[in-house]
Amino acid sequence: MPTPTAARMISVADAARPSPLRRYGAWAAAAVALALLPHVLRAPAAVPVMNQMGIAVVFALSYNMLLGQGGMLSFGHAVYFGVGGFLAAHALNLAAQQGLWLPVPLVPIAGGLGGLLFAAIVGSFSTNRAGTVFAMISLGIAEMMAASALIFDRFFGGEEGITTNRAKAASLGGLHFTTDRDVYYLIAVWVLISAAAMYVFSLTPAGRMANAVRDNPERTEFVGYSQRWVRYVSFCASGLFAGVAGGLFAVNYEILTAENMGLNASGSVLLMTYIGGIGTFAGPILGAIVFTFLQSMLSDYTSVWLLYLGLVFLAAVLFVPVGLAGVLAMHGPAWRNQRFGRLAGPYLAAAVVTLVTLVGVIGCLEMVYFFVSAPAGQVTKQLFWLTVNVYTATPWAAFLALIVLGGLGMRWAGPRAAAAFADASLPRAAR
Amino acid sequence: MSELVVFSVLNGLVYGMLLFMLASGLTLIFGMMGVLNFAHAAFYMLGAYFAYTISLYTGFWPGLVVAPLAVGLLGAATERYGLRRVHGFGHVAELIFTFGVAIVIGEVVQLVWGRPAKSYEGPAALDFALFHLFRSSFPAYKAFMLGISVAIFLFLLAILTRTRAGLIIQASLTHPGMVGMLGHNVPRVFMVVFGIGSALAGLAGVIAGPVLGTFPGMAQVLGSIVFVVVVIGGLGSLTGAFVASLLIGIVQTFAVALNVSVGDVAGAAGIRVASLPALHDLWRITVAQVAPILPYLLLVLVLIVRPTGLFGTRET
Repeated sequence: MPTPTAARMISVADAARPSPLRRYGAWAAAAVALALLPHVLRAPAAVPVMNQMGIAVVFALSYNMLLGQGGMLSFGHAVYFGVGGFLAAHALNLAAQQGLWLPVPLVPIAGGLGGLLFAAIVGSFSTNRAGTVFAMISLGIAEMMAASALIFDRFFGGEEGITTNRAKAASLGGLHFTTDRDVYYLIAVWVLISAAAMYVFSLTPAGRMANAVRDNPERTEFVGYSQRWVRYVSFCASGLFAGVAGGLFAVNYEILTAENMGLNASGSVLLMTYIGGIGTFAGPILGAIVFTFLQSMLSDYTSVWLLYLGLVFLAAVLFVPVGLAGVLAMHGPAWRNQRFGRLAGPYLAAAVVTLVTLVGVIGCLEMVYFFVSAPAGQVTKQLFWLTVNVYTATPWAAFLALIVLGGLGMRWAGPRAAAAFADASLPRAAR
Repeated sequence: MSELVVFSVLNGLVYGMLLFMLASGLTLIFGMMGVLNFAHAAFYMLGAYFAYTISLYTGFWPGLVVAPLAVGLLGAATERYGLRRVHGFGHVAELIFTFGVAIVIGEVVQLVWGRPAKSYEGPAALDFALFHLFRSSFPAYKAFMLGISVAIFLFLLAILTRTRAGLIIQASLTHPGMVGMLGHNVPRVFMVVFGIGSALAGLAGVIAGPVLGTFPGMAQVLGSIVFVVVVIGGLGSLTGAFVASLLIGIVQTFAVALNVSVGDVAGAAGIRVASLPALHDLWRITVAQVAPILPYLLLVLVLIVRPTGLFGTRET
């Protein structure tokens, strides 16, 4: 399976990026931002959500080592997350009960080793081929593990899962992890370490050859590399970091269930990585943050949030196949040309009509949901800033009109925004 | 024992032919476009729900025709306005698109019909036991299911091998470029095949809904199994899909019917193992418990040994 050409072009542009100083600057800025964030965001829900984001970032980055960098589409990546997480939870329990010396900050290592070990076993036969064969083996393994989790209940804890308690483990240098904020710093450090390690991996010969095998496996064989071995190395490294993410999950939530390694979990990581963009290193980070944010915010406001996520995902595949990070990267030339200001007008128009359409779509979907599932006798619903009676025609007509108006507006504003973008991206000399 | 064998074979045939109805569409779509359609099982679920809604007003029979048609149109529209657009971005994007369609259909079904299972029932005219054998009886509705799926199989075979349209479809499977050169509208052939495949999935949903249950998770129950069938049989091969459907159908029904544990089997073979606590879980697993794993185990083994599947000729 070839990867999209646009994504490939961006990764080439990435490789040619000069100035190492700039690169370290980005990492330093990330570290400072991670340290300051809990002091800036003071909402009570912020820290738990950021913990979730951190875990998702590591997981999505490890997934992109397969999909984006290695061209291997996996439908069972949560298996390595889950195996690592369960091992980490068991290790924490051993530390608490049997006196195993394993301080909490090192628990993700146990998870990583679990993920690495399992990936080494599965990869030994699944990485023989790429493409559909690899994808189907990953699906088969995922289904097998999901079913086994209910059979081997000594390790996986059956339906209830495995619970653990991080407070009972040994401490390292007097560090204790009691509150969410304590765990936040632990996760932040591990996110930085893992992201840096994965970035460095992508620069090593092993990482570069993974790109080559993705693009032209036959030719890499002629150059003298075994495509199986290159894929195997990427796969094991990816399993390692998925396991680290699983270990962080075990520390943060202190519980793991079979759901954490089910097909839905594997699907989520595919969604977030793809929405963020598989062609750039930063893509999965952005995707994980946006996805987790949507997940936790939307589920507070509406019960059909999964439908919205699915629609966002479909729209992303249809209209922005390069992902969010890809779109941002595409605007590099316009920024360097200092013609960003000219984009503001057309983009604002496009944003307004998109918003109008969205309001219409959300209104209709929410009314359908209310119509179907509201208790008998209840006829009015709080929607945006209005109270509507779903048994009258007016709100339906109004929201449908918004969809039609917005759709027409998009047909008008879309091409204009695209033209403005093309114009702004042209170098001065070409104009 | 003979009772168990006879009824397991019969039930395995019914289940296997149902799988084939799904697998045939999936394998044709794959053979033609190189896309594993994740939304296929979602169309199967839509078929069941459409037929349920129709059966509320008119009884079972009209749904048998109308629901698959509606699902087929929806499938054709998905190809025309979604998949065709994504086609330019490569196979991964196409696959991921169908994955998204599956999620959206699953959520829309929950939105419109709600989470609890629906009491979608088969026709009253078929609500009797066809025959009694030993101490069990075989319901007429299952015979009807078997009849429909065999008829569809023969119909499909006749169209693909005996008609001009079938020839064009077969040629587009292997030589889409040449078919296009000869003046046929290959994208339209794709759309029609996608529509027919979806309609077949919808029909499978219509007849399976009353037996296997009509609930939002029904797509997930069969979705992965159908993939297993298509991959084991060999991607793009109808014969392979047929053999693998029956194989998986019969293996699964037999495994569910057998209530023997690993320990029993080992014991019968003369192996005794001191009851280690770590091996305890492994030792008391019954064949029935392993049943859901078996198809996937088979899938992984087949892919390791023969990546083209049993009857396939290509890998991707």
